Amino acid sequence: MTAIINISLKNGVLDSQGKAVHHALDSLHFEKVDDVRIGRQIVLKLSENDETKAREEVTKMCEDLLANTVIEDYDIELVK
Amino acid sequence: MKVGIVQFPGTNCEYDTQYAFEKLGAETSILWHEDATVAEDLDLIVIAGGFSYGDYLRSGAIASKSPIMKAVKAHAQAGKKVLGICNGFQVLTETHMLPGALKRNEHLHFISKHHNLKVASNSNSFLEKFDNSDVVNIPIAHHDGNYFIDDAGLEALYTNDQVLLQYCDAQGNIQNPNGSVDSIAGICNKEKNVFGLMPHPERAMEEVLGSADGIKMLEGLM
Repeated sequence: MTAIINISLKNGVLDSQGKAVHHALDSLHFEKVDDVRIGRQIVLKLSENDETKAREEVTKMCEDLLANTVIEDYDIELVK
Repeated sequence: MKVGIVQFPGTNCEYDTQYAFEKLGAETSILWHEDATVAEDLDLIVIAGGFSYGDYLRSGAIASKSPIMKAVKAHAQAGKKVLGICNGFQVLTETHMLPGALKRNEHLHFISKHHNLKVASNSNSFLEKFDNSDVVNIPIAHHDGNYFIDDAGLEALYTNDQVLLQYCDAQGNIQNPNGSVDSIAGICNKEKNVFGLMPHPERAMEEVLGSADGIKMLEGLM
């Protein structure tokens, strides 16, 4: 099973990278962009095939290390 | 006075820190990141600046899970002092020994220069030699020094006098180089035995190098 983890800054936490990229898109005349948020994607190949167990384990990984929950949210997608 | 200085792969301020504390009369030793225990007679553990494990994932994140941090936590739980400078501050927030987090600087640049800091609270051993609102000049050198804490956390910091230092100009007016909430440059824990700051007092120990304001600061811990 593969776990795709998307980590992004929480709403309300200023995303400076997103802001800079938004500015660059503006200067290229992509004018219909309202907001840019930049995150990080972590892809794990798991030997676990039980979805419930895999989600439990990956959630623990996110809480313990992969995300800093003071400033970041994470989202886990499991793909068989 | 015995001071242990933590060395991770990538730490680069451990010898400056050693020089600083030996100048103040301390007996110092370097603590290796793979050691899960430290000498019980250490009075202070300093997590020095630089980098740690390449700062992959987030600054200080992987270091926060290293064996030495178990020893640092035990040391702090025994009521003894811990100081985190720059990357050390990042490590202390990642271990949740200090609240909040350090994000990429607001304008995304690495900042390396002398900066003025205002003493926000002297009701702790680290800054007790200063008066509130004293201004000191200490170098900063960081990419991820943008201190973030949510509103409730910020209120708690002020309620308990945990905000130690704020970036300012030479007159003490707030001046924010990196986007930190309330221009915060340094904080401590509620118990006031764990201290973290982004500026480098160990690089401000000699007038000939631009400032000796770090002496008075580190003396507080002696």
